[in-house]
Amino acid sequence: MGARTWLGEWPMFRQATGPDPLGRGAAVQSPRTQALGPRTADADEVVKSVCPYCAVGCGQNVYVRDGRVTQIEGDPDSPVSRGRLCPKGSASTSLVTSPTRVTTVRYRRPYGTEWEDLDLDTAVDMIADRVIDARRKGWQDTDDDGRVLRRTLGFSSLGGATLDNEENYLIKKLFMALGAIQVENQARI
Amino acid sequence: MAEAHPVGFQWVMEAKKRGATVIHVDPRFTRTSAVADLHVPFRAGADIAFLGGLIHYVLDNELDFREYVTTFTNAAEIVGEDFVDGDVSGLFSGYDPETGRYDPISWQMEGGVYEAPAAGQRDHWEPELREHHAAHAADTGGGAGEAAHAPAAPERDDTLQHPRCVYQVLKRHYARYTPEAVASVCGMSTAQFLEVARAITRNSGRERTTAWVYSVGWTHHTVGAQYIRAAAVLQTLLGNMGRPGGGILALRGHASIQGSTDIPTLYDLLPGYIPMPNAHLHEDLQSFLDADAAKTGFWGHMDAYLVSLLKAWWGDAATPENDFAFDYLPRLTGNHGTYGIVRDQIDKKTFGYFLVGENPAVGHANGKMQRLGLANLEWLVVRDMQMIESASFWKDGPEIETGELRTEDIGTEVFFLPCANHTEKSGTFTNTQRLLQWRREAVHPPGDARSELHFYFHLGRRIREKLAGSTDERDRPLLDLTWDYPTFGVHDEPDPESVLAEINGFDADGNHLSSYTQMKADGSTSGGCWIYTGVYKDGINQADRRKPGSEQDWVAAEWGWAWPANRRTLYNRASADADGKPWSERKAYVWWDSEQGSWTGHDIPDFEATKPPSYRPPEGAQCEDALAGTDAFIMQADGKAWLYAPTGLADGPMPTHYEPVESPVANLLHDQQDNPAREDIDRAWNRLNPAMSETYPYVFLTYRLTEHHTAGGMSRFLGYLSELQPEFFCEVSPALARERGLEHLGWATLISARTAIEARVVVTERMKPLRIGDHVVHQIGLPYHWGSNGLSHGDPANDLLGVVMDPNVHIQESKVATCDIQPGRRPRGPALLEFVESHRRKAGVEPGGTR
Ligand code: SF4
Repeated sequence: MGARTWLGEWPMFRQATGPDPLGRGAAVQSPRTQALGPRTADADEVVKSVCPYCAVGCGQNVYVRDGRVTQIEGDPDSPVSRGRLCPKGSASTSLVTSPTRVTTVRYRRPYGTEWEDLDLDTAVDMIADRVIDARRKGWQDTDDDGRVLRRTLGFSSLGGATLDNEENYLIKKLFMALGAIQVENQARI
Repeated sequence: MAEAHPVGFQWVMEAKKRGATVIHVDPRFTRTSAVADLHVPFRAGADIAFLGGLIHYVLDNELDFREYVTTFTNAAEIVGEDFVDGDVSGLFSGYDPETGRYDPISWQMEGGVYEAPAAGQRDHWEPELREHHAAHAADTGGGAGEAAHAPAAPERDDTLQHPRCVYQVLKRHYARYTPEAVASVCGMSTAQFLEVARAITRNSGRERTTAWVYSVGWTHHTVGAQYIRAAAVLQTLLGNMGRPGGGILALRGHASIQGSTDIPTLYDLLPGYIPMPNAHLHEDLQSFLDADAAKTGFWGHMDAYLVSLLKAWWGDAATPENDFAFDYLPRLTGNHGTYGIVRDQIDKKTFGYFLVGENPAVGHANGKMQRLGLANLEWLVVRDMQMIESASFWKDGPEIETGELRTEDIGTEVFFLPCANHTEKSGTFTNTQRLLQWRREAVHPPGDARSELHFYFHLGRRIREKLAGSTDERDRPLLDLTWDYPTFGVHDEPDPESVLAEINGFDADGNHLSSYTQMKADGSTSGGCWIYTGVYKDGINQADRRKPGSEQDWVAAEWGWAWPANRRTLYNRASADADGKPWSERKAYVWWDSEQGSWTGHDIPDFEATKPPSYRPPEGAQCEDALAGTDAFIMQADGKAWLYAPTGLADGPMPTHYEPVESPVANLLHDQQDNPAREDIDRAWNRLNPAMSETYPYVFLTYRLTEHHTAGGMSRFLGYLSELQPEFFCEVSPALARERGLEHLGWATLISARTAIEARVVVTERMKPLRIGDHVVHQIGLPYHWGSNGLSHGDPANDLLGVVMDPNVHIQESKVATCDIQPGRRPRGPALLEFVESHRRKAGVEPGGTR
């Protein structure tokens, strides 16, 4: 190993003589950090998306590797955001990969003191039964003046303004067919 | 805007770079103020005084854009003789102190007939109102019923001199809103007020336009709808609507909160702003349309929009013979908004609840009320990504700590179902500029997590299976429902594009509709949301268009799809003068091309493409044919922007300054202290601080931080964001800190008639004490993101708020209320209840409680 090569591996020397006088880039790289690449470089796929926080609607590029989201960046193509994301949009990778995210059904029986496990299929079936029951209990054919109501006040729904239009559409459609008028959203708030 | 909509704010900075003046009117000095040309500190809740003062300034100095005003507004129309503006009293004719409601009959125009407004209180079924209109129609030579809706032009005075013309009525209404008077109500100097007034009037007219930008700081009030009205009156007088660089821009706080109103999960609306039907005797489709839709303007086609919706929902079961299944729609009998629902939960009148990406235990006003609602349910379904407080309230809610509730006594059965996030499903969000943008699915949701599309589709499928074969008439709407979306993947995910295509609509041959103008009332077309028709034009997902912005002009019409008809600026016909010529070269946007015989320009014209500016409607014309070539406001029955609103509002035809319900000062402009038509919930868990209370002397306001989101479900659980803003705090001025002995970074306890919460103290010059009359008002800032779960915890600011509502939209007054503040931490356990009760006693407020 020649003296130049040896010196060249010394960060102080590189910082003093190279193009990185502040020591923020090339000057302070070790062979290990030199070998590192951005997570975005080896993504299998870049999927076009939109930030889920506020209504500016910044474009996002979602980087995927092995079926997992590895990084989310601003989409420079978006005329809305021109590639920028604010702290929330920038943190959305941690939103989707959060270690505290709950991914199984949790069930609390009436008067229970702890959460229990429950199979998803069973849960949805139980909910369907409860909807049918509450719908009957809260049903009103007419009011005292004989006006037709054809509705139930047995149950209600609230949320959410981060739902897709297609999702809101199915909720409203199903609730109307059930006669359930009490459907509300953050948009009221 | 720099804090809550940071990336949108880049465009304000671009405008500033090109010479725009940026004015920030806000109680707090924020990151927006830091880069604005002018920051005007201001008292929360005084906005109508401020805007009314600007309207006064414009009218008093005749600075309105006169040609725009006479062409596009109802300024020249004559208000009927029965209308009385109580002026100093602050009440209009038609007020009933018994019911606290207005009857708007006396607000009508002379010679005009009642037409359903384009939005707001539309159903005018009440017998008295129907009789009145029928009689009026008879007077003017028409008959009852149909003729009551025949367009009849109100009388006008185009010189704007008639004492009862809208222009003069408006001028009188705002006569008392002088610069000196409003400056004192708002807590600014007259010089500051005049600086704003001069800046906006100088910057409006042919060559220039001014835009107003607002968020929930304008809507979270008992007079929220009238705040927006006041801005609309001002912007219309200045000629700033329908023009580039103009408008009143609502910055909405959630990814698809606009979409959630367009395709509403709201009790009082059907998709596309069609009102939900109210219960009436002998109501059929036609009488509903008669009561709720104008006969002229584009709402004249409500029949086509509604029948197409009914066809989308009930398909072959919706026939001309059965009124297209109009009777399948349930009926309303009043306010079924979210706060009324929660009250009914506490009263055990309603039993089940779905919370879908919503955390009311922290995120909604009066957290105790919300949690009591949850605790009195039979069952609760929470769909979220994290274990939010609304799911775990039975275990660790504040009422468990105080002993008001015991886990073992709470009968609520809770199902927590994990949901998919935005990268795990495809679909559209509608952003704050009405832009639908499609997201593509990147990965599959983990474990039991599913999209809402999946959950509701399969829930509906199961319920239909369980009720299959039922002969009960009640089940017909459910069993006749079109509910057969194609599914894919291991979990049978419904295809979201098939739902979008249904929303877009089909013609009789099954072709995708390209425009709502193709919709018909005879049942030959379908479409789930008429304003979204065109989003799936030609079978192509227009919301997924992604031509890079750098390859397009500044309108960027090929990115996503904006409703309606991909128009980017609404009412843009008003960007040209009566003859269809741009008001100026600089502000040219859409104009009439007489050679081509059509409207053209940078945007898609928000007007019939070939209707010439010279068009005048023939006698008896209907729908858009009844609008002239100068009637730019095409959703209005008369095609005009309303400076005075004869219908549609529950609390007056012109915005009036009322104090917030919890205000430290008296109304300096009118005798009436607060909104006389506001809605209350008078219960032990919703006690209100008396106005001008010495016990609760300080104003507080709630707001968001850049680093957090709403109730924190999507931010408090994330490492980076929790690190950036780790703790709940309150912002106080040095003067208030001295007055109350508060230490920077120490603890403070804030007390209202609802509860007491604690927060870290930030003493900052960003908060300024204001002088209102002879009173010094201190304002306290409270970010509202915290709760007990997640990586960063704190008391919920919303627990401090009570619920009082705007009568038009039933939204709560959560941007201004009063409290006391003391140094140190709040009492724990049952001691907290006694502490809050002792303040209530001192203030003469009735005792609190859980019932
Ligand atoms: S990145 Fe920030 S500004 Fe952009 S949509 Fe997301 S939250 Fe809003």
